[in-house]
Amino acid sequence: MTDIPTNPPDPGASGQQTSTFPANWSPPPFIKNPLLRWGLLLGLILYLFLSIGSLDVNWHRIYVGLDRGAKFVYGFMNPNFAGRWTDISEGMIESLVMTVTSTAIGIAISIPIGFGAARNLAPLPVYLFCRGIIALSRSFQEIIVAILFVAIFGFGPLAGVLTLSFATIGFLSKLLAEDIESIDKSQAEAVKATGSAWWQWLNYGIQPQVMPRLIGLSLYRLDINFRESAVVGLVGAGGIGATLNTAFDRYEYDTAAAILILIIGIVMLSEYISGYIRTGVQ
Amino acid sequence: MLEIKQLVKKYNTGDLAINGVDLKVKKGQVMALIGPSGAGKSTLIRCVNRLENPTSGEIWLNGENIVKMRSGKLRRARRNMGMIFQEYALVERLTVMENVLSGRLGYVGFWRSFLRKFPQSDINAAFGLLEKVGLDTMVNKRADELSGGQRQRVGIARALIQKPDILLVDEPTASLDPKTSRQIMRLITELCEENQLAAIINIHDVALAQMYAERIVGLREGSIVYDGPPDDLKPDVLTEIYGKEDWTAVRKRKPKKKMSIEEDPTTEEHMEEMQ
Repeated sequence: MTDIPTNPPDPGASGQQTSTFPANWSPPPFIKNPLLRWGLLLGLILYLFLSIGSLDVNWHRIYVGLDRGAKFVYGFMNPNFAGRWTDISEGMIESLVMTVTSTAIGIAISIPIGFGAARNLAPLPVYLFCRGIIALSRSFQEIIVAILFVAIFGFGPLAGVLTLSFATIGFLSKLLAEDIESIDKSQAEAVKATGSAWWQWLNYGIQPQVMPRLIGLSLYRLDINFRESAVVGLVGAGGIGATLNTAFDRYEYDTAAAILILIIGIVMLSEYISGYIRTGVQ
Repeated sequence: MLEIKQLVKKYNTGDLAINGVDLKVKKGQVMALIGPSGAGKSTLIRCVNRLENPTSGEIWLNGENIVKMRSGKLRRARRNMGMIFQEYALVERLTVMENVLSGRLGYVGFWRSFLRKFPQSDINAAFGLLEKVGLDTMVNKRADELSGGQRQRVGIARALIQKPDILLVDEPTASLDPKTSRQIMRLITELCEENQLAAIINIHDVALAQMYAERIVGLREGSIVYDGPPDDLKPDVLTEIYGKEDWTAVRKRKPKKKMSIEEDPTTEEHMEEMQ
C-alpha cells in the first residue's frame, strides 16, 4: 500500500514540454532503407515495360480474326433460345441436377471432415488426416480434377458430380473447421461442465455456434457449383458446359449467347436468393 | 463433502497456479474465495470439475476421488457439480429453455437430447426454476436477446437443474452492475440454503463476499492465506491476501474487464475494492 506510483504527470509539467515535440509527424515507411524502397519501385516499373515489350503480338492475325470477332459479337446481339431449345434445356437441367447432387454429397462429407480438421476437437492424427484431405482437394483446380474423372468414368454428368463434390469438400471443410476453431470456448465448456456426453456436447456446445456459418457457406457453395458445372462441362463432364462447347464448335454464336445469358441469369438469381437466406440465418 | 488435498496445478508454461491447497467444504456451506487476479481462484474451481486437470493432489467429492476419474465416471461426477460462469457462458443461439435443459444432459440419452424430447419431469423442473429466477415469460427467447442479469439467472437455473451437491461459481458478478450483482448473489445464496447446497464462489468484490458468504478463503499465489468468518476480514488481512505489489506473477487468465489494473501492473488492485 506504500508505493502507489504517481505515473500521470501533472499538467503543469507537460505544458513546458510542448516546445521539444517534433514539428510534424509522418508514419514510418514500410521499407526503411530509401535506396531499397525507391530501387524496388523503379525495378518493378522497368520490369513491367520490359515484359510488355516481350509480348509477341501478331497484328496480322488479329486483323484477320476481327471478322470472326464481329460475327461473334453479332451472334451475341441476337441470342437464339429457340433454335436448340431442347439441347439447352436438357443441358441446363443436367447442370442443375449436378449442382444439387454434388453440393449435397459435398456437404455430407464435409461436415465430419470439418469437425475432424478442427484442432480444438480432434486428436492430432485425425486432425492431420482431415487436413490432408482438405489440402489434396484444394490443391487441384476443378478442370484438372474433371479431366481426371472423365478419363476414369467416361464422359457425362457422373464425372462432373464427382468433380464438384470433391471440390466442395476442400472448400466447405476448411472454412467449417476454421469456424469451429474460433468458437466461444466458454459456451462449449459450460455444456461440458453439465456432465454431457461427447455427442451431446457437439450438439449443444458446438453446433449452435457454427450452424449459421455452415448454412451460409453451403448456399454459397451451391452458387459456385452451378458456375463450375458450366466450366467442367467444357472438358466433357456433362451439364450446360457441354452444350455450350457444342454450340461453339458449330459456330452457333447465337445459341452460345443464349446459353451464357441463361447461366448469368441463374447465377444472379441464386446469388440473390442465397444472400437473402444467409442474412436471415445470422 | 468436498475435500481437496494437497492440490497442485502447474500449467505447461511452467506457471504454478495452485501450490498445495487443502480445503474442506461442508454440505450446505457457502464459501467465498477471494484473492488477486492470477491467484488461482478460477483454476481451483476448474480443477474441481476437471475442466483443468490438476498436476497432483486429490479432490474427494462424496467419497470419490475426482482426480482419478476417467470419462464416463467423470461425466457422472460432473452432474453433481453445477457451474456458474463469469460471462454467463450460455449457448447464445439456443433458447432460454434449451440452455436450462442442457443442465440435464448428463441424465438423458443422446437422441432424446438431440430431438429436444426431455422427460416431462425435467421440463417441469425447468419451468419451476425459470419461475423462481423470474424468467418464466422468456422461455423461448434466444439467450443472446437477454440482458446480463437475465443471462446470469439462466446460468443459475442451468446449474441448479442438475440437482447438484455443490455449486462452483466463477466471478458471478464481475460483468454486472452493483444492483444486479447483489440480486444475483442473494439469489445464489438463497437457493443454496433452500437446497442445502454447498458453494464455492470466486469473487473480486470483497464487500459482496462478506455480505453473502458464511466463510471466506483468501488465496494468494496459489496458496491459502486466510480461512475464516467474513467479520475477521480486516484491512491487514486483506493486505496479506492481496499482497503489497507483486502483480508481475500474473498467471494464465483471460483479460478481465477491469481496465486501469491491466494498464498499470503496479497499481494495487484492492484499493478500489476496499472502498
